[in-house]
Amino acid sequence: MGQSAVTSKVSIGGSKPKSALLRRLVKNRALYLMILPGLFFFLIFKYIPMFGLVIAFQDYKPYLGVLNSPWVGLDNFRRLFEEPMFFRILSNTLILFGMNLVFYFPVPILLALMLNEVRRNGFKRVVQTLIYIPHFMSWVIIVSITFVMLSVDRGIVNEMLAAMGLAKVNFLLNADWFRPMYILQIIWREAGWGTIIYLAAMAAIDPQLYEAARMDGASRFRQMWHITLPSIRGVIVMLLILKIGDVLELGFEQVYLLLNSANREVAEIFDTYVYTAGLKQGQYSFSTAVGFFKSIVGLILVMAANWLAKKAGEEGIY
Amino acid sequence: MTQDKTFGSRLFDIVNYTLLGLIALIMILPFLHVVAGSFTTAQELAQKQFVLFPTVFSLDAYRYIFSTSTIFRSLGVSIGVTLFGTLLSLFLTALMAYGLSRRDLDGRRVIMFLVVFTMLFQGGLIPTFIVVKSMGLIDSLLALIIPSAISAFNLIIMRNFFMNLPDGLEESAKIDGAGDWGILFRIVIPLSMPVIATISLFYAVTYWNTYLPAILYLNDNAKWPIQILLRQIVVLASGLSADTSGFDESFVAPPEQTIKMAVIVVATIPVLLVYPFLQKHFAKGALLGSIKG
Repeated sequence: MGQSAVTSKVSIGGSKPKSALLRRLVKNRALYLMILPGLFFFLIFKYIPMFGLVIAFQDYKPYLGVLNSPWVGLDNFRRLFEEPMFFRILSNTLILFGMNLVFYFPVPILLALMLNEVRRNGFKRVVQTLIYIPHFMSWVIIVSITFVMLSVDRGIVNEMLAAMGLAKVNFLLNADWFRPMYILQIIWREAGWGTIIYLAAMAAIDPQLYEAARMDGASRFRQMWHITLPSIRGVIVMLLILKIGDVLELGFEQVYLLLNSANREVAEIFDTYVYTAGLKQGQYSFSTAVGFFKSIVGLILVMAANWLAKKAGEEGIY
Repeated sequence: MTQDKTFGSRLFDIVNYTLLGLIALIMILPFLHVVAGSFTTAQELAQKQFVLFPTVFSLDAYRYIFSTSTIFRSLGVSIGVTLFGTLLSLFLTALMAYGLSRRDLDGRRVIMFLVVFTMLFQGGLIPTFIVVKSMGLIDSLLALIIPSAISAFNLIIMRNFFMNLPDGLEESAKIDGAGDWGILFRIVIPLSMPVIATISLFYAVTYWNTYLPAILYLNDNAKWPIQILLRQIVVLASGLSADTSGFDESFVAPPEQTIKMAVIVVATIPVLLVYPFLQKHFAKGALLGSIKG
């Protein structure tokens, strides 16, 4: 008792900065209390699952729990690479990702360039309001509207094809139509919303640059090409990196809703496979290994893209 | 700003305005078609092809879908989850964002890093499922709310907004003897209505549109939110989907096209009703986050 009183007295005397920190912690206790519930949320629902990834190295059995399930080392990963389905899933994922970059990514930039040239604010606002709307519809709604319009039986698209004397197309049960449908839905839902950040970057461009360009007789296209686009290059690079980070996040909901036995060959991606193999078939450990592989690849890609961007003299995201 | 009035520039404007008008129309047309289709009869839809203007007006489809209790139950679940979820999320996000916005707070950087890292790397579906299950949330509506209570993205937007408020406000409030809680609720929040409106919209739309958590955590049909019901009626009833589990008996017969359309409208309308009121705030609010974030 006496000794601890002495040591505490010594420590108070000996380390001023520590007690200053303590005093700040006490003074800010209300702020810590505010952060606490959120911090618990992130620890429980984001960080515990990260540690839960250990079941990828186990033969996890729900009744044994994470702590008692037997360890199997890299067996699940070995099985993953031996699975013939794996390479199909990998290539499906990469193809959809490539289509995202090539067909979706430039669309919001183009739309923003066009909107940026509109001088009538009323018209601009109406167009913006309309093209943002699909972003607020769920994937279930987007896919449902697609189904209703594309169905062979009374869907408007097929009725129009028939009226023009063309053969009806079963878009929904056709593996060839899955990818175009996937990318068109993404463009429809996200292209308008995607313009916001570019428009903001364009609004920050110094109007004098355009003034000077006009003096020199630059056409509207040349102004876009030589002033607007270079001015938003940083934003484009930043969003490109973020997009690459999403390489394997192609959207479980959308793909799962579109998936059926006729297009599974081209439509099955990592997320849908994890869901089906894991929760539907109970292969918890194996599907966690699949998901783990996906997350690691995603993390590596975003870091690589960021590194490349920095090398090229851009800002990067972190 | 004065625009040059050369021929080329005018032509540019004409083409640009026309294209933009067409694009906006194309983006909204599928939805308008579905609305129009939901207000006509199945025969009309089968016989005459129309895009926007049916000749027969009918509420049959709505009468049919509202004749069972299923849709009321689903709507009730969705409305409840959306209201309660949005309030809870907003509260938790605002508290944490304000704490993290204060520059004098020790440990702020570490916590921010923990938050941002979850945007780059996650445990994934199965480990999260195990956590939710071990908390006893399976088949509880709370499973649609608590595991997604805070979005890191929304948190960062709000924190950045708070950080951009003038420092003097807090200083003077402190001199007047206000505590941190008082500053947050009496000064910071009333000044942050644009970002509060934006984040409310984001959360409300997320909860209304919730789909994956519902198919992961809810086995009990009675608790299905409207999106799951919509999937059943439109996607599963088309007989195309991979997954036909949990098919509700009341909708076994493939529903008429008009009925599908009516359900789509019902599932979308609430979002469209809220959207115009918050719209003037949200673009501004979203930007504050994304530029700095």
